[in-house]
Amino acid sequence: MTDKARVSPAQRLEGDAHSSNAHPLLQTVNLTKDYPGVRALDNMNFELRHGEVHVLFGENGAGKSTLISMLAGANTPTSGKILYNGQEVHLASVHEARELGISAVFQEFSLIPQMTIAENMFLGAEPTRGGLLQPGQQRAKAEAILQDLDFHLAPGRRVDHLTRAEQQMVEIAKAFRTEPSVLILDEPTASLTNHETEQLFRLVNRLKERGVGIIYITHRMAEIREIGDRITILRDGKYIDTVDAKTTSDDDLVTLMTGRVVGQIFPKVKFNPGEIILQVDDLHTPGAGGVNGASVTVRRGEIVGFAGLVGSGKSKFAQACFGSLAIESGKIRFKGEAVVKPKTRDMLRRGFMYLPSDRRSDGLMMMRPARENISTASLDVPPFSNGIFLNRRAEKKITSDLADQLNLSPRKIEREAGQFSGGNQQKLMLARSLTRTFDLIVFDEPTVGVDVGTRAAIYAFIAELCEQGVAIVLISSDLPEILHLTNRAYVFYRGKIQAELADDEITENNLLSHFFEREAA
Amino acid sequence: MSDQNPSSSISPGRLAEMSKRLFVKLGILPFLLVIAIIVFASMSENFLTGRNLMNVLRQSVYLMIVSMGQMLALLTGGFDLSVGTILALTSVVGALVMASVYAAMPDAIWLAIALGCIAGVAAGTLIGVCNGIGVAFFGVSPFMMSLGMTSVGFGVALFLTGGTPVYGMPQAFGDIFGFGTLFGIHSPIYVAAIIAVLLFVFLYRTRFGRYIYAVGGNLKAAQLSGINTRSTLLWTYVLCAALAAVAGMLLTARLDTGEANIGASMPLQSIAACVIAGVSLRGGVGRMENVVLGALFIGLVQNGMNLARIESYLQTVVLGGLLILAVIADQIRLRYVASLKD
Repeated sequence: MTDKARVSPAQRLEGDAHSSNAHPLLQTVNLTKDYPGVRALDNMNFELRHGEVHVLFGENGAGKSTLISMLAGANTPTSGKILYNGQEVHLASVHEARELGISAVFQEFSLIPQMTIAENMFLGAEPTRGGLLQPGQQRAKAEAILQDLDFHLAPGRRVDHLTRAEQQMVEIAKAFRTEPSVLILDEPTASLTNHETEQLFRLVNRLKERGVGIIYITHRMAEIREIGDRITILRDGKYIDTVDAKTTSDDDLVTLMTGRVVGQIFPKVKFNPGEIILQVDDLHTPGAGGVNGASVTVRRGEIVGFAGLVGSGKSKFAQACFGSLAIESGKIRFKGEAVVKPKTRDMLRRGFMYLPSDRRSDGLMMMRPARENISTASLDVPPFSNGIFLNRRAEKKITSDLADQLNLSPRKIEREAGQFSGGNQQKLMLARSLTRTFDLIVFDEPTVGVDVGTRAAIYAFIAELCEQGVAIVLISSDLPEILHLTNRAYVFYRGKIQAELADDEITENNLLSHFFEREAA
Repeated sequence: MSDQNPSSSISPGRLAEMSKRLFVKLGILPFLLVIAIIVFASMSENFLTGRNLMNVLRQSVYLMIVSMGQMLALLTGGFDLSVGTILALTSVVGALVMASVYAAMPDAIWLAIALGCIAGVAAGTLIGVCNGIGVAFFGVSPFMMSLGMTSVGFGVALFLTGGTPVYGMPQAFGDIFGFGTLFGIHSPIYVAAIIAVLLFVFLYRTRFGRYIYAVGGNLKAAQLSGINTRSTLLWTYVLCAALAAVAGMLLTARLDTGEANIGASMPLQSIAACVIAGVSLRGGVGRMENVVLGALFIGLVQNGMNLARIESYLQTVVLGGLLILAVIADQIRLRYVASLKD
């Protein structure tokens, strides 16, 4: 059955090539999706041609996800039509869409952690003979697909042992179980390293040559330039414009997206390095893949970047200093005082704040109101409490002031955190760092999955804190952030510090050259 | 709705939309309460009398106290299946100690009552300490931990009594804590009211209460916010057991004997009371006031079924069904929340 599925879309593609490309590969006509009280997508007209990378661009909540969820069969439209090769189709399920040749890789992983890569790839379409599973055949097929994609993964490995980037690769490979003629990629590079991103782009280019149409969602400008052919901009659920990816300027794109002119995304930061806040010597954490002898100094009034691949130890280093990860050996001095075994609560009291990268799993209590999410790290100090009893009036006042200051939208502090958009959820986390005075704040990937408008606000927020004399550590896999925001940067590689760069030395080439192992010579 | 004439101006569609919004906001409990009252009032004219409602309140007090404890465990994302055993063990140990002190010193009635209560509550709370240590420090799932302790506690209670009820407690104990009244209200109701007030202050006015919600809301986020999640979990189970133990002593006073076989229905009923009241099984969500109402609702249903002469075996069927209905309603509610969000 899978064999048939693998062949038929390709045949269909060939057929299309012969019958000329009179019809776009995929087209929507006045596609509309209503949720109670809200029109998530409003009369959307979108078309995807054979062999193009069509970027969907818009702020969080603009309707991109709604559009692709309907194209992928995960959601049904309220009204309007979807045409596939000129024929109207009704996609009732993801499975149905996939059989037709429309495969989607969503941001949220649909992998079962306890199963192997091969098992995950063939979930729901396991090769069988006489009703019995054929693990050997399944494995061989998985191997072939992974090899074809040039992903270096053993199909027998369990998914929960993989890094986030590797899981992302499995998720992509899953879409290739059937040969897709339309591939939807929703922010596929959010957790990929530069190397893996390049690999993905090579793959995208190969698919383009085969005539596959690719719908690509990203917030990163550089990616749009690199692989995009056309860009469709959405705002508030409405179609705004479709432009050429190569000739449209960044500023134009941002203006189209936000409906207003946005200046520079990155602020100009006035660094004023002062006393040393954090000094770490030769830190080790137990276990493989941990921190393996890294030393770092962070001063007041500067933004120190931690760059490196995913899994290079840059996050673990900060977590170990913060006390949320065990330490094997090493010296930590915070504000001149030696800290023997850091404990989270104690470090918070000393003035050290760590904001985790994964809002959903590590950051927010999604079912609790915004107010509680903001105040949670400061409930043990005035004015939030006298140690035992809460001062609810002060809590309300402070959290709503912070919501005003950060432009939380909607400005409802009793709304559940899970009901805010990604960018606004991030603002809740940022607000947490203002609930008491901190001397050092570590931002771990603060802009993952955040639209450009909010992104600029977050950068301005970080810059302002720095100028007020707070020591900032910015952990980021997004190179432009390191390039434009930091005055010093450490490059992590396999738990060690590969390089320390300052001011003008922080260039893309310099950073990248240290991302991988140095040649012996 | 009060300022409009429902028959003329509200169309069925709007009424459905309004009840949907009400459902999302308040959960299934208000609907169930209204339905139950209408059904039972029509089945028996004695149902809606002040005397009967007072009866319901008095009978639900024990479940109410246990449910408040159960809610704490549920808020952290766990649950406590051993609340029934805690009731039994408390009853047996409290009665044994009280009876033997009373036998040794027949004049020291109050000493006997005090020592008996302390010993009983301490024995019950000890189960909670074990649960808490297992869950918080060894990462045992609350299901396995409290299930195991159920067997342990029940076994100890049976071993201590040999399976027979414990007699010989001072008459005053039952007279005061079981049947005593003040201003026409039974003493267990006062105890429950005091506990409810204290727990309310603890949950919503102290930071420890907030920590329980935080741990259930997102354990990792709570850790990174400097909350000692282990001690929070430990104390949650201790508190849950302590509340169940208090209910155990009150029930012992009412029965006038120490019994190893009381409380068997408590785990199911207390979880049902919480879930019907909108406490999420995933943790982090739920209000205490609603749980009190939830326990009252179960008491109301039981009372109504008694008045309607529904056989007690069938009553358990109804209760199980209600629990499942509440869980299904919670799922539907989540779906509505998601659709209203967009």
